[in-house]
Amino acid sequence: MSQAIRLKTPLSDADVAKLKAGDKVLLNGVIYTGRDAAHKRLYDLVMEGKPLPVDLKGQVIYYVGPAPAKPGQPIGSAGPTTSGRMDVFSPKLMEIGLKGMIGKGMRKKEVVEAMKKHKAVYFAATGGAGALLAKAIKKAEVVAYEDLGPEAISRLEVEDFPVIVVNDTAGNDLYAEGMRKYAR
Amino acid sequence: MREINTRQIIEVVKKLCIEANLYLEEDVLAAFEKGEKMEESPVGKEVFQQLKENARLAREEKVAMCQDTGLAVVFVELGQDVHIVGGDFNAAINEGVRQGYQEGYLRKSACHCFSRANTKDNTPAVIHLEMVPGDKMKITLAPKGGGSENMSTVNMLSPSDGLEGLKNRVVEWVKQAGSNPCPPVVVGVGVGGTFEQTALIAKKALLRPLGQKNPDPQLAALEEELLTRINNLGIGPQGLGGRITALAVHVEMVPCHIASFPLAVNINCHAHRHKEAVI
Repeated sequence: MSQAIRLKTPLSDADVAKLKAGDKVLLNGVIYTGRDAAHKRLYDLVMEGKPLPVDLKGQVIYYVGPAPAKPGQPIGSAGPTTSGRMDVFSPKLMEIGLKGMIGKGMRKKEVVEAMKKHKAVYFAATGGAGALLAKAIKKAEVVAYEDLGPEAISRLEVEDFPVIVVNDTAGNDLYAEGMRKYAR
Repeated sequence: MREINTRQIIEVVKKLCIEANLYLEEDVLAAFEKGEKMEESPVGKEVFQQLKENARLAREEKVAMCQDTGLAVVFVELGQDVHIVGGDFNAAINEGVRQGYQEGYLRKSACHCFSRANTKDNTPAVIHLEMVPGDKMKITLAPKGGGSENMSTVNMLSPSDGLEGLKNRVVEWVKQAGSNPCPPVVVGVGVGGTFEQTALIAKKALLRPLGQKNPDPQLAALEEELLTRINNLGIGPQGLGGRITALAVHVEMVPCHIASFPLAVNINCHAHRHKEAVI
């Protein structure tokens, strides 16, 4: 296994350009949560030309709806949800500066193309390892759409949050490569 | 006639909701150990290690293993000599779910289909009631996450498709689900019956402990063959490539109409959550 690359958000074009499918990355800094309902609202605002509650330039969105935090903990279990449901919204968000997405599962061709065009990457976190991943989240604060409950947008402060690059800016796809390598 | 009070039902359902979401079952942990040994991909091995560490953390800190604590699917085997007293049976199950998801710090994932407004207490539960001989009540809680449930299907095959057609359809289905349902998965296959029954037996197949084969030798052989073919797909843990795409395949079959050949595939994520209690 290759050594993990430590990255600090927000991400620049240069940061993402050097990432290759299969790279292990430890994310540090601020990332934002967002899943189905929040994506729909953000997308609608962009389409209407209205300002967003969060500036997405250089940012990373984590597709997660965390479990409630127990007293004394910043967040409950917080693993990735299936990314494919965000596919219809993602190219538009990359167009306005989104640099990274964290989730699990395959992305549509249009999304992979948008990553090449707008210089962004797709990371996978281990699905179902929500208790473990929550350990890398040091602070969580709802910053928009509180009414959505677990689907609200939260600002997360993360330390060495472990992800792996699935789709890079060159159009490579770790899921396809991995399957080719081990299929019999 | 034995009386069971709804108060007991509420307590048991509440406890099962919490335990099923916090504690990985021994059969699953054993499958992780075996999978880690058999896995050839270094990343795949690492995924198994993460899942084991995740289960340990969840158990020690009493937090949910996964943030998606599911819709509460509740199977009840009700002894015909039981008389339920103290209130509405369905309301008691839902009250148990309400209390369990609140007290266990579990995510409430139930919402209105159109407005998507959260019901805020994870009800209504999905309740399957079956009457059996005896004076006991067995309750099985199987919290079901959206990611794996979305990768499920019912196919009304034609009898002419035959057993080979059925096998191909199952393998193709798991292939196209790929990394989405959190592999290594458990594949529940229902064959026969009607449209709704085939789906229900596919889900029931998931309640069987991992590693326990179908007692029918023909179906046990089918489970084995499907598992080999699925693991030869190369999807691997988390879809990152590897030998272990599925931990097990469980098949259940009932007779069907002479014109039909129904098939359902219900996929479970690696946590394979299920917990039962008898009152």
